[in-house]
Amino acid sequence: MICRILGPRAGRRCLAAVGVVLAVAVAGCGSDDSSTSASTSPDSGDTIAVGVLHSLSSFMAISEVSVKDAELLAIDEINAAGGVLGKQLKPVVEDGQSDWPTFAEKAQKLISEDKVAVTFGGWTSASRKAMLPVFERNKALLYYPVQYEGLEASPYIFYTGATTNQQIIPGLEFLKEELKVKTLFLVGSDYVFPRTANKEIKAWAKANDMKIVGEEYSPLGNTEYATTINKVKKANPDAVFQTINGDSNVAFWKQFSNAGLDAKKLPVISVSTAEDEVRGVGIKNIVGQYVAWNYYQTTPGERNAKFVKAYKAKYGSDRVTDDPIEAGYVAVHLWAKAVEKAGTTDVEKVKQASKGLTYDAPEGKVTVDGSNQHIYKTARIGKLRPDGLIDTVSESDEPIKPDPFLKTYDWAEGL
Amino acid sequence: MDVIFNQLFVGLSIASILLLVALGLTFTFGQMNVINMAHGEFIMAGAYTTYVLQTAFGTGLLTLSFGLALPAAFLVAGTLGLILEFLVIRRLYGRPLDTLLVTWGVGLMLQQLARDIFGAQNVSVSAPGVLNGGMEIAGVSLSYSRLFIIAIVALVVVVIASYMKRTPAGRRMRAVMQNRSLASVSGVRTRRVDRTTFFIGSGLAGVAGVGISLLGAVGPTIGLNYIIDAFLVVIVGGLGQLRGAILAAIALGMANSFIEYGTTASVAKAGVFLLIVLFLQWRPQGLVVQARRGLAS
Repeated sequence: MICRILGPRAGRRCLAAVGVVLAVAVAGCGSDDSSTSASTSPDSGDTIAVGVLHSLSSFMAISEVSVKDAELLAIDEINAAGGVLGKQLKPVVEDGQSDWPTFAEKAQKLISEDKVAVTFGGWTSASRKAMLPVFERNKALLYYPVQYEGLEASPYIFYTGATTNQQIIPGLEFLKEELKVKTLFLVGSDYVFPRTANKEIKAWAKANDMKIVGEEYSPLGNTEYATTINKVKKANPDAVFQTINGDSNVAFWKQFSNAGLDAKKLPVISVSTAEDEVRGVGIKNIVGQYVAWNYYQTTPGERNAKFVKAYKAKYGSDRVTDDPIEAGYVAVHLWAKAVEKAGTTDVEKVKQASKGLTYDAPEGKVTVDGSNQHIYKTARIGKLRPDGLIDTVSESDEPIKPDPFLKTYDWAEGL
Repeated sequence: MDVIFNQLFVGLSIASILLLVALGLTFTFGQMNVINMAHGEFIMAGAYTTYVLQTAFGTGLLTLSFGLALPAAFLVAGTLGLILEFLVIRRLYGRPLDTLLVTWGVGLMLQQLARDIFGAQNVSVSAPGVLNGGMEIAGVSLSYSRLFIIAIVALVVVVIASYMKRTPAGRRMRAVMQNRSLASVSGVRTRRVDRTTFFIGSGLAGVAGVGISLLGAVGPTIGLNYIIDAFLVVIVGGLGQLRGAILAAIALGMANSFIEYGTTASVAKAGVFLLIVLFLQWRPQGLVVQARRGLAS
C-alpha cells in the first residue's frame, strides 16, 4: 500500500526494501530448533503434535523464553518415559513476538494448520485475552502458566499459575500480620493485570483497615522511576505493593536502591519479580525485599530437587527456576496425565478427565479444580537472599482452593 | 519547596539521559540525514560491553571495568556503525524510506544476535561502589549514578563541541553537512567524512549504553525503549544542532518531570508528545535553525 503511493519506480525500490525487512524478520523468528510444522492430525501416526506459543522475540522474550524451555523439558521427559498413549509428543514452537494480535494469529495457525492437541502458552494477561476467543471458537485447549489477576474462567483454558486468592491476598495478609503494615503505596505497569489487581487490593484494604496512600502506573517499557519514587517518599508508606512488569521492573529496582532506599527503610512486596528477573536486576538492589509466589527454586522436597537438576542439566548451571517456569512445566505434565486418564486427546474428554486430577509437582501436590480449571496451590511469601535465590518466610498451611472470582470474600462484592 | 527542587533534579537527570541517547543521532540523523533505526541497538551494544567487561574483570574491579567500558563501548558501537555504513547505508544515501526500513531490519537482527549470545533474559550490570547511594542537600536527594550520568553528558558535549569547532576534521564535517557539493569540489573527501561522522555518532550511542546500564535493564530489546525519545530530541532541537539538542533535552526532561509529578507517568508521556506536536506546528524546523544561503535544502 505504502509502496504504491510512491509511483512505479520508487515503489519498486520500496517493495524491495520491505521484502528485505520481512525476510530479516522471518529469519529472526524462525531460528528456534523445533519450529517445524506437522500437518498431521493429533492422533495420526506415532506422534502427537502439541503447540508451544510464547514470545521468543521483543520485550517479553526476557520472561517467556525460560517458560518455553521448561515446557520443552517436560515434553522431553514425557517422551523419554514412553510418550503419551504410546505416542511421542512433537512440540510445534511458535513465537508470539510480544504482540497480542500475533498471539491470536499463531494460536489459530497451531490449531488449524498444525492440528495440535493442546497449546501451552502466553504470559501477559493481554496475550491471554487475545488468545481466549480463538481457543473458545475452535473448542481447543490452552494451558496458561502464569499468575494473573483472576476474574476469568474460560472452559477452554487451564490456569496453572496462581489466581488472586493464591498470591495477592496471601501477600497482603503477610504485610498486615507479619510486617504490621498500616499504609500501603501501589506501584504498577499500566495494563490490565496491575489495574485489576490494584482494584482488588483496594477493596481488600478497605475491609482490613489498611490505608492506600498512593497509586502510580507507568507505561510498559518505562525507564524512568525517579518521580514515582519521589512520590512514594513523600507519601511515606509502611510498604509498597509492586506490580511492574518487564524491563521496567529492573529500572524500578535499580532506581529505588539508587535513591537510598532498601528493605529496612521501606519494604516492597512484588508479585512480578521472580528468580529469573532478579538476575537482571542485580541482587544488591533488591536483597531483603519480599515477593509472593507459589514456588521458589529453594522449595524443599525431592521432587523439586529433581526438577531443578534436570532444568540446569539441559539449559546450563547458571539458569534458575522460578514460579512461572515451574507452572509451565507442571502444565505439560498435567495435560499428559489427563490424556492418559482419558485414553484420548479429545478436548472434551481431557477436560472431563482433568477434574480433580492430582500431580506431584515441584511446588508440592497440585489438584485441578473441576469447576474453574485453576489448580490448588500453596501460597508462599519469599524474601530475597544475598545469593539471588528466595527463602520462604511464610506459607499457607495447605494448598489454597482457587477462587478466581473471589466469591468467598465479602469485600470482593461488586468487583 | 523541596518538591520543586527534587523535581528540578529529576528533570535535569531525565534531560541528561535524553541528551546522552540523542547525541549520536545528532550526527547520523542530524548531519547526514540517515534515519538509523538500529541506533537503539548500538545503545544496547554499549550496555552489553559494560556487562562483558564486568564479567571478565570480576566484581573486585568494578570501578576499573566501568571506567574501561566507556571507551570500549564507544569503539564497539562505533565499529558496528562503520560496518553498517559500509555494508548498507552508503548504498542508500538519499533514500530515507529505504534506509529506515533496512536499518529497522538490521536492528531486529542485532537484537536476535544479542539474544543468541547472551540469552533472552536481562543481564545484571552492577554500579561501581562509588556510585551507590546518594547524598541529600537541603531536602533534595541526589543519587550518585544520576550525577555521574550528568557529568558524562557534560564531558561528551564539551569534547564534541570543541571537536566540531576547533579541529580540521570537525570543520570538514560541518562543511560537508552544510554543502556537500561545495565541500567536495573544495577537496574534502566526503566519503571519508561520512564514515567518520557515522563512526562517532554510533560510538556515542555506545557511551549512552554504558550510562543507562546504571539506571535500567540490560537486555536485547532495551534499544526500543530509547530510540523514539532520541529522535524526538533531535527533531525538536533542530537537525544537526548540538545547542538545539541540549535545549530540547532539557525542555523535554523538565516537562516530563513536572507533568508526571502533577499527574501520572502515562499522562506525562502523552502530555510531552502533545507539547511536541504543538511545538512542531509552530516551529517545524526545531528550536535552533542554521541560517544558510544555499539552494540545497
